[in-house]
Amino acid sequence: MAGPLTAARTATAEAPIPPPGRPVRGRRARGARRPARGWSGWLFAAPAFAVYAVFVLRPILLTVQYSFYRWDGIGPSTWVGGANYRRLFTDSDLFDSILNAFKLIVFFSFIPVLLGLAIAATIRRIAHTRLALVARTVLFLPQVIPLVAAGITWTWLLSSSGFVNQLLGWLGLDGVTRAWLGDFSTALPAVGVIGAWVLVGLCTLLLMAGMSKIDPALYEVARLDGAGAIREFFAITLPSLRQEIGVCVTVTVIAALASFDIIYISTQGGPGNTTMVPGLEIYYLAFSERQVGMASALAVALMLLVLIVVLPIQWLTKDGSR
Amino acid sequence: MAQRRLDRLRSRRRRTAFAALAVSGVLAAAACGGPGSDSSGTTKAAAAPSVSANAKAPTCGTAPVTLSGYFETGFPLPKALADEFSKQYTNVKWNIREDQFAVITQNAPRVLADDPPDLMRLPQVSELAKDHLLKDLDGYAQAFGWDKWPASQLEQMRVNSDGSRGDGPLYAMGLNFSMTGVFYNKKLATQAGISSPPTTLAEFDADLKKAKNAGLTPIDQFNGGATGGFAFPLQNLMAAYGDPGPINDWIFQKKGATIDTPGNLKAAQHLQGWIKDGYFAKDVNSQDYAAMMSRFIGGKSVFMFDGDWESGNLDKQMAGNAGFFLMPPAQAGGKQAAMSAPLTYGISTKAKHADCAAFFLNWVATNKKAREIAVTVGGSHPMGPADAYMPPVKPGSVTAATLEAGAKIGQDNGSMDFIANATGAIYAKSWTPQLQKLVAGQQDPAGLLGSVQKDYESQVGS
Repeated sequence: MAGPLTAARTATAEAPIPPPGRPVRGRRARGARRPARGWSGWLFAAPAFAVYAVFVLRPILLTVQYSFYRWDGIGPSTWVGGANYRRLFTDSDLFDSILNAFKLIVFFSFIPVLLGLAIAATIRRIAHTRLALVARTVLFLPQVIPLVAAGITWTWLLSSSGFVNQLLGWLGLDGVTRAWLGDFSTALPAVGVIGAWVLVGLCTLLLMAGMSKIDPALYEVARLDGAGAIREFFAITLPSLRQEIGVCVTVTVIAALASFDIIYISTQGGPGNTTMVPGLEIYYLAFSERQVGMASALAVALMLLVLIVVLPIQWLTKDGSR
Repeated sequence: MAQRRLDRLRSRRRRTAFAALAVSGVLAAAACGGPGSDSSGTTKAAAAPSVSANAKAPTCGTAPVTLSGYFETGFPLPKALADEFSKQYTNVKWNIREDQFAVITQNAPRVLADDPPDLMRLPQVSELAKDHLLKDLDGYAQAFGWDKWPASQLEQMRVNSDGSRGDGPLYAMGLNFSMTGVFYNKKLATQAGISSPPTTLAEFDADLKKAKNAGLTPIDQFNGGATGGFAFPLQNLMAAYGDPGPINDWIFQKKGATIDTPGNLKAAQHLQGWIKDGYFAKDVNSQDYAAMMSRFIGGKSVFMFDGDWESGNLDKQMAGNAGFFLMPPAQAGGKQAAMSAPLTYGISTKAKHADCAAFFLNWVATNKKAREIAVTVGGSHPMGPADAYMPPVKPGSVTAATLEAGAKIGQDNGSMDFIANATGAIYAKSWTPQLQKLVAGQQDPAGLLGSVQKDYESQVGS
């Protein structure tokens, strides 16, 4: 199962490339001058488009279709109109799972981006030392480890006799030790911490790449004007990273809203549905409850939700000058 | 089509047109009728059993046959039986695929529909039977004489046309049937001053208190993630306070059945009492099954609610130190009940070698060597007639204790299916979260039963 984070990673790799609409328009302009080459371009794109249509568009459209039926995946189906969508708002379990996904944005998005900024700015100042290399590698490591392995490791760390509790014990904080993933009040934040750990490296790396493109002359000018490190950061670094921050926020927000793997491995939605998220709910609905129609409706809703949240972020962080 | 597409591409709005065309093509592929309508072919093929009542029992013949099996990973029993079968019937070879039970549960309908094995480990059968994916085995039952076995062995695998279980055609068969109860660590029990297994619920309460006072963890029970293991003690307590009949009716989706009864409320209150008295490990809500097993084997808890599929394992890993008893009744000498379920295997409607697979299932229950394997490898009671051969087991072992318990349940007619099997979603979506809330003090016994019953009604009604 390709996890949403994996998908997110792919998206990151492609994100700096301008949206596909632009080059196409450019090619069309050229094509207008030389009509003979116009549709041959499309022929070259055809195999890719065919794959896209069969493996992306078709499943999306089928999902939309299924969402209007009550169907167990095998037997006959019944048309139910918008009933599945209405249940999204009346069934508190389903609605709560969406709320949980929004709470996860704090951990999956805000923390990694803020921490990533701080870390990247720090590493930039020591860019040519060995320490910077080590720090970069260590921070990016969670991205290399499969999420399932990360989830299992963290389950051990956070268990009642795990390292986190041992550490608290050594510090004399026995009073706060608990089974972090099994406690109603801490399970969701605990899952969030795992997500933050995974995504902080990605954000750091992206932001560092962005920083390396900033013209050093700007910093020189700032320093001549008497700016300190903090002033430099807010006056030069931050504004120049607008697009990179946009990518970071987009990718991490998607990871939060569409989260699945970490939660499936660490809590499976428990205890008492406190960590249930739409991704997991869709999986349960489709594969254990065999309500393919309802699962599809939630999937479509989730897709729209992600678009509704992500599009404004894209628009806000768009940089007109580049 | 291609020509038309090229023509359109030449137009000024070719980009939009192309996209629109492709999308409409995809839509056309997607929108021919509601989903699932193509499976009507299966529906018709399913109905009639291939063997008529008076026909001679089928065999595997003498020509080479390759049976395709879809078994559960981690349980050596089916493979051991298949190997022995091939030794006795040399013309039969196996093509076996294995997956974890969770994977089998998720994939069962699709596998049975698209890539039908001759023999497959099955989750709860009612939905599969409703979709006509499983072969009706009644013909075989009559031909082989399964219908003369104790009826309770097969009733969980009988499904009516309305999807309720307990009677109707037989859709699956067991390789053996398991028994659940309470395992205990003999050394720790002695250490706590517990001299013999309890005979009443009150005695059990006293034993738990003794264990707690001795500074031990009385019970360790998995209750984390999506598998709420507190359903084990809860259902055992239900059976101590009441009759297993109505509980089975509820699990089998009989009309008007409810789990929200005064007796069950007492059971849930009793469980809550145990939680409040601190008889369970503190972190049960984050524990999975494997963690519970490793802690029990490691001597970290005195009692554990589990099933005899672990008997062989415990005899090996805790040789001589593990004991087993059935949940004691509320009144001394009262009837006892236990969750007991066949290790369910079924034959796909579209299986190529259904007769041979059925012959194998009959062989498992009736062949002497097969029954030995069922006990020594599987640890559970073999299927079959009540007076069939029983292989000898080591006295004092857990396996001996669970088999003996099985006999007692047979006498008391106290076999129950598991409350988690009532519907496809009831375990992960109702029992588990509700029991986790009960542990955390966020739900009370009445609320727990009421909430599960509400979910049940909405699922069974739909």
